[in-house]
Amino acid sequence: MTLPSPPMSLLAELTHRCPLACPYCSNPLELERKTAELDTADWRSVLEQAAELGVLQVHFSGGEPMARPDMVELVSVARRLNLYSNLITSGVLLDEPKLEALDRAGLDHIQLSFQDVTEAGAERIGGLRSAQARKIEAARLIRASGIPMTLNFVVHRENIARIPEMFTLARELGAGRVEIAHTQYYGWGLKNRDALLPSREQLEESTRAVEAERAKGDLSIDYVTPDYHADRPKPCMGGWGQRFVNVTPSGRVLPCHAAETIPDVAFPNVRDASLSEIWNCSPLFNMFRGTNWMPEPCRSCERKEKDWGGCRCQALALTGNAANADPVCSLSPFHDIVEGVATGLSEKPELLYRRF
Amino acid sequence: MTEAPHTVTEETVLSFARGYRLQHDRVRDLWIVQAPEKAFVIEGAAPHILRLLDGKRSVGDIIQQLALEFSAPREVIAKDVLALLSELTEKNVLHT
Repeated sequence: MTLPSPPMSLLAELTHRCPLACPYCSNPLELERKTAELDTADWRSVLEQAAELGVLQVHFSGGEPMARPDMVELVSVARRLNLYSNLITSGVLLDEPKLEALDRAGLDHIQLSFQDVTEAGAERIGGLRSAQARKIEAARLIRASGIPMTLNFVVHRENIARIPEMFTLARELGAGRVEIAHTQYYGWGLKNRDALLPSREQLEESTRAVEAERAKGDLSIDYVTPDYHADRPKPCMGGWGQRFVNVTPSGRVLPCHAAETIPDVAFPNVRDASLSEIWNCSPLFNMFRGTNWMPEPCRSCERKEKDWGGCRCQALALTGNAANADPVCSLSPFHDIVEGVATGLSEKPELLYRRF
Repeated sequence: MTEAPHTVTEETVLSFARGYRLQHDRVRDLWIVQAPEKAFVIEGAAPHILRLLDGKRSVGDIIQQLALEFSAPREVIAKDVLALLSELTEKNVLHT
């Protein structure tokens, strides 16, 4: 038996604790308490096992990873293991001494999130007063440290018109890269979908705005489109159990950060098994790996090794069965669900915040 | 006199920009360049060229060393080295 190829990236979700309350948070609806979190020695072991298995880059995320007192130590462990370390942060807990310590520990890159370009827009999403000023200060400190920085903007109906200003801010702050990511509608995002999903016209306008910035050629740009107005699914996570491994605050090992919604399967934990056993042999990782699990129309589709059948968590959330074809695909028998949502946008419901 | 910022000549001394580094991936036995939020595989002559970048050697020194190591004509090596290093400088992976 040949083993699956090893993962390239580890998403280390160190904690679910966060000072912000964004209604599209990628964390699950059931947030994990501080007392359930892995300790420093556990994470050290996870990083060692990940490097051994073939992981090249570790993305320290959360919640807010800077809420962990051992962040600097974990960066130095990653550096020693030759793992490329990326800190995915809101910036609101960063100050000069912490940043200097991260720099000395060998942090390779920072992804700094902004909720908007206006203070009112940012506070409406993040729910934290004066967060915008703290983020701008964090960006200045990062710029001064020389650590490469990507600014991340999650876009949705309320801020989508301000994409050009997002690029202006990125240039002012000296970011080398910008990520414009449409909200992904799982978990919190799905709960707030009807308040956040842009219209097709808004989506087209946002794509034009990003293309216009790309043409200027001075910034490296990542653009993540929303599924709902598409007719072919995205290759979610580059294929289930193919490139990407996620470890949650309490040590569960998942093929993607929404996978805890999948029913009737055990979630392996680094407290009970090694990362390599979990990656290679666990029922969860083998459940949708490759193409053998696929139903029609995926099974005979020429794109099956391009999009790997799209997103399992989306199939589950929208059709009730994770093994169904991703309803984003126009060939899926469930595509009318997505079309109905995308065209039926009318009134504006209240946002439900992720408070923790 | 102004010079285009991306012109790489034999006198240029280059190193990896912050956030980029060359690494041997021992699990897959590949050479890769680590970059912000991605890694790309490099093949053929590229790893041999890039491992000589130390911020001290000039491009000419690197060409000289590879010509000796591979017993190949200097002008052939020079063409490959200048093409690769110009491309990566253009992409801000390398800087002076």
